[in-house]
Amino acid sequence: MTLKRTPLHEQHVAAGAKLVPFAGWEMPVSYEGIREEHAAVRNHAGLFDVSHMGQVEVEGPGAQAFLQRVLSNDVAAIDVGGAQYSCLCKEDGGVLDDLIAYRLGGDRYLIVTNSANHEADLAWLGRWSRSFDVAVRDVADRYAMLAAQGPHARGVVARALGTELPERMCIATARIGGRPALVCGTGYTGEDGVELLIDPEVSAAIWAELLDAGTVPCGLGARDTLRLEACLPLHGNDLSPDRNPIEAGLGWCCKEQTGFIGSDAIATARAEGTAERLAPFRIEGAGIPRQGNAVLAAGEHAGAVTSGTFSPSLEVGIGMAYLRAGLAEPGTEVEIDVRGKHRPARIASKPLYRKEK
Amino acid sequence: MTLADASYPEELLYHPEHDWARIEGEEATFGITWYAQDSLGEVVFFEPPEAGATVTKDAPYAEVESVKAVSDVIAPLSGEIVAVNDALADAPERINEEPYGEGWLVRVRLSDPAEAEGLLSAADYRKVLESD
Repeated sequence: MTLKRTPLHEQHVAAGAKLVPFAGWEMPVSYEGIREEHAAVRNHAGLFDVSHMGQVEVEGPGAQAFLQRVLSNDVAAIDVGGAQYSCLCKEDGGVLDDLIAYRLGGDRYLIVTNSANHEADLAWLGRWSRSFDVAVRDVADRYAMLAAQGPHARGVVARALGTELPERMCIATARIGGRPALVCGTGYTGEDGVELLIDPEVSAAIWAELLDAGTVPCGLGARDTLRLEACLPLHGNDLSPDRNPIEAGLGWCCKEQTGFIGSDAIATARAEGTAERLAPFRIEGAGIPRQGNAVLAAGEHAGAVTSGTFSPSLEVGIGMAYLRAGLAEPGTEVEIDVRGKHRPARIASKPLYRKEK
Repeated sequence: MTLADASYPEELLYHPEHDWARIEGEEATFGITWYAQDSLGEVVFFEPPEAGATVTKDAPYAEVESVKAVSDVIAPLSGEIVAVNDALADAPERINEEPYGEGWLVRVRLSDPAEAEGLLSAADYRKVLESD
């Protein structure tokens, strides 16, 4: 299968980026090095090409009622210009995707999907939309998506583009590169910042302009270490159709009283508790946990690692794992079986990394 | 971090799994090649094997880890480990910075020096890289 390329592919090649296949796309994993890029986002401002992410527009008189039916959160609570994190669930509560819904107008919403799930999400949304007065449109080709993240990201972007930026978890229209664009106060790094949905034709110029303004180009490698330090789950690793939001620790974005698809199963899971829970942990000492490693408690199998990496901020191995519910409490001592070596680890509270203020 | 430029010193022998050996009499120093460290990215963890352990040509004897991935290190020759580079425990980035110098991994007393005939010259190793 031919890998898809973002509108910034030539820029990545010219910058000497290491490119890897990711969810059907050829994406930069790093430019100068994951640790440097990670530090740039924690301390200053990093710039990510996330054009692989999918966009779906939902429009029509029935838009809100439709989204209330398919999304786990209370869509009626989103004001025009607002944004909300949600799960897209099956009838049994399994998580098909996690996404952010933005309200562009009274009857108009934009959903940003994970690239690996975009096509399946579209099919699912299309199927359920039939009984609502709504149009579901794939608009992924309409946008290049850049994420500027870090404590200085907003300042750098506002100055470089001469545009006002929306507050956190809000969205605003803008003109960027002379073309209509959307600016979102969202991200996936645990830092403040914005995500820009811009015309692909001007994306190379805007990318260059934001780098000139002092942002550091960052790849998916740093995006992964940043999001894991912040305990933001990744669908395909920490979230899956076989896990419900309650066991994933996402009960806060499920409002069962709205009657969304999966709400009955999720209400039951919330009331009765789940056998396993997703919990963050850090290794105490040497060793880097990886996806699939077994977790042991008192010598017994207790779960499995869904995401694991070396934390550039903490300089220690970190991860998330589904564990027997009783064990998924901060402070619990476990061992991670890292290719046969049992590495002592301790369950932590979220997030794994918090900046000293 | 400053990374070394691509290089494959003439005086070393190479294993196609991207390892090098510097033979000095009955002993040899092992490490990973520039290509190996570049493919892996910044090394953040190297746990040396124990001195006294036996290594076997073509078999893994250690692991190097970058942020994203772990990679087996293959022994280019057989023998017994007589020294390990303990400095890498605190400074694994030396494997990136000086893969043929301060980033060496282990020193081995060779059990079968004739095995060296099966290794590649720098020129032949470069051909392996080009054909990949």
